[in-house]
Amino acid sequence: MTNGFIGGIHPDYKKTLTADKPIEKLSYEKDEIVSVPLSQHIGAPAQELVKKKEQVLCGQKIGASKGFISTNIHSSVTGEVVSIGNLNSPLTGKVKGINIKISNPEDSPKQIDTGKKFQDLILEAGIVGMGGATFPTHVKLSPPKKIDTLIINGAECEPFLTCDYRLMIESTEEIIKGAKIIQDELKIEKLIIAVEDNKPEAIKAFNKYIHGFNFEVKALPTVYPQGGEKQLILSVLGRIVPEGKLPLEVGVIVHNVATCKALYDAVENGLPLTERAVTVTGAVKEPKNLLVKIGTPVSKLIDACGGYVGEPEKIVIGGPMMGFSANTTDMPVSKATSGVIVFRKEDLPSLKMTNCIRCGRCVSACPMGLVPAIMEQFAISELYERLLDWHVLNCIECGCCSYVCPARRPLVGYFKTGKRQVMNIVKERENK
Amino acid sequence: MSENKLLVTFSPHIRDSVQTDKIMLNVIYALIPAIAVSIYYFGFFALKTYILTIIFTLAFEALFLKIRGRRITLDDNSALVTAILLAMNLPPASPWWLILIGSFIAIVVGKQVFGGLGQNPFNPALVARVFLLISWPAQMTSWIKPTPIIENFNFDSVSAATPLSQAKTELISNGKILTDFSDASAYFLGNIGGSLGEISAIALILGGLYLIYKKIISWHIPVSYLASFLIIVIPYWLFFPDKSLSPFIHLFTGGLMLGAFFMATDMVTSPITKKGQIIFGVGCGVLTAVIRLFGGYPEGVSFAILIMNAFVPLIDYYIRPESLGEAEKV
Repeated sequence: MTNGFIGGIHPDYKKTLTADKPIEKLSYEKDEIVSVPLSQHIGAPAQELVKKKEQVLCGQKIGASKGFISTNIHSSVTGEVVSIGNLNSPLTGKVKGINIKISNPEDSPKQIDTGKKFQDLILEAGIVGMGGATFPTHVKLSPPKKIDTLIINGAECEPFLTCDYRLMIESTEEIIKGAKIIQDELKIEKLIIAVEDNKPEAIKAFNKYIHGFNFEVKALPTVYPQGGEKQLILSVLGRIVPEGKLPLEVGVIVHNVATCKALYDAVENGLPLTERAVTVTGAVKEPKNLLVKIGTPVSKLIDACGGYVGEPEKIVIGGPMMGFSANTTDMPVSKATSGVIVFRKEDLPSLKMTNCIRCGRCVSACPMGLVPAIMEQFAISELYERLLDWHVLNCIECGCCSYVCPARRPLVGYFKTGKRQVMNIVKERENK
Repeated sequence: MSENKLLVTFSPHIRDSVQTDKIMLNVIYALIPAIAVSIYYFGFFALKTYILTIIFTLAFEALFLKIRGRRITLDDNSALVTAILLAMNLPPASPWWLILIGSFIAIVVGKQVFGGLGQNPFNPALVARVFLLISWPAQMTSWIKPTPIIENFNFDSVSAATPLSQAKTELISNGKILTDFSDASAYFLGNIGGSLGEISAIALILGGLYLIYKKIISWHIPVSYLASFLIIVIPYWLFFPDKSLSPFIHLFTGGLMLGAFFMATDMVTSPITKKGQIIFGVGCGVLTAVIRLFGGYPEGVSFAILIMNAFVPLIDYYIRPESLGEAEKV
């Protein structure tokens, strides 16, 4: 069986550390502080709605969507706003956020108004894509074109992470119902749930519901980045999303399994998005899958897993392939936080750099058919026009090139920064 | 906990275990059968050549990295690979000064002047071989008779021609090939005259297959090289059997196997895309066949690969694979 797409890699998945650990609800004490960031999504940060000293209820909207690509932010606890300030963020360094002291740890979220139009309800609930890209979901659910297929992404191709896997086993029905809601609302003909074949339990769980609901389960070969939208659509449907275009161009939308669960909770139970499952793994005493309130400091998650084993050298927020390394654990869990992975020095690969030996491994590994080794030279010499000619904008930043590079060139890093420059060139041209 | 010094780097945070030094080391492992055969047949001569080449080559690499103000990176094993490949391209009884000059040309002219590892357009070992061949043709073509060390322990050398050079000489002086080359098993095993590393086709094929199995090289260059070579040599032999060696002998003698599996596949000096590699391999095959059949030299592998090395930037420039869902140029 082929990948469905070209390239890709087979890293050591290390999922067994937490695959059998049911999602455990993290408990909170009175007077603990959670720090809810106002920007937990791509697009404009939310506008704060509360002031210092104000009492907030769990589930209360504390940040309002600002602009089309933006969404609401809710308090994940009941308590008092102690300060509004800059929080550490794995993405941008600092992000504005609201610090709340918990007064009643047992409170469950207050309901949102479910009487609204579907897309408005999703916006009201503050749902974003929970696979990592955090694109506001209500925008994705307002396609300007006819969609014929909805794919639910259960690939979870990042090594170490198992929170989606546990969700697929423990909340199978909610995920399916969430997907069905999307399918019905947008009148989509076909629903396909796609899962990598290294998660047979999840595939089995979905298959149990096939008769009650009308959908298809598709087992995909285990290869990173199978869960990348463009790779997933190619593997599942054999359709190629054109460069620079969205999946809707080929009549498809893709939603992550956790997003479907959140959407179900919002539509059926009126719950805003205030918590998510996070895989805490690597060099911690007891790796776990935790259900965590948004805004919980990462250090609390690590404590809940019994603390470190040995000396932590690097802490990754998200998956090891596309996640960000954090300079501190004084950093809140956001809607994007799928994992916290602790690495000791001995767990980390040698990064001894040599010159590029043109071995071509990056070319074979690139799931987008790019030529990273040659593009790297353009990036180093700042030949951004050439970088554009070699289609750097088609790079999905999956990191496969860097992963396989025997010379340890920071390839994907060059393309991440290079893309920004190239975008400016494209904009300039359009303005002419 | 000393969390205040957490390491922050770009993703990805995990890497494949293969590194440059291991790739180079695997090339050396793949050469072991050929090294063993050459020592078996040329004994002391072979050992001396390997040892001197390694010492000279590593010394020049270290010296010129130092002069260029770079870190001494002998631990990437690339100079060691060049050393062994250079030794394999030399006659077994090469004098020490020839080895010294060859090592200088390979490392300094072939590699360091371009910027060191990964920057050289031409295969360093081949640059040295061709330089020596043109400058000291007598020393570079004085072959000794292979004598298995188990049979004979004296270090006398008896000169012997390679099948290719003998055939070429006869063809030039008589207009046709006189010697009967039909007993071919020796060519396959390595019991023939020639450079250290080119005598045993079987040992080189084994090493090449190991490299393909280990995914250090892909099949594209060796297969396209050998196939395009045969496509020219076979018809020529069918039409002019007395003017050409059989394709079998052509395939298993001279530097063809060494070239196809170890020299043309040098990743630094070959195209980076698979499609480019096939074009490169076909170019090497055609040029080798043309030089061998119609040229003044009995052997054409080195020239063919060096010429194709020059085309690599061009191939890499024009043979860009289409990326997924590629859009029209903005």
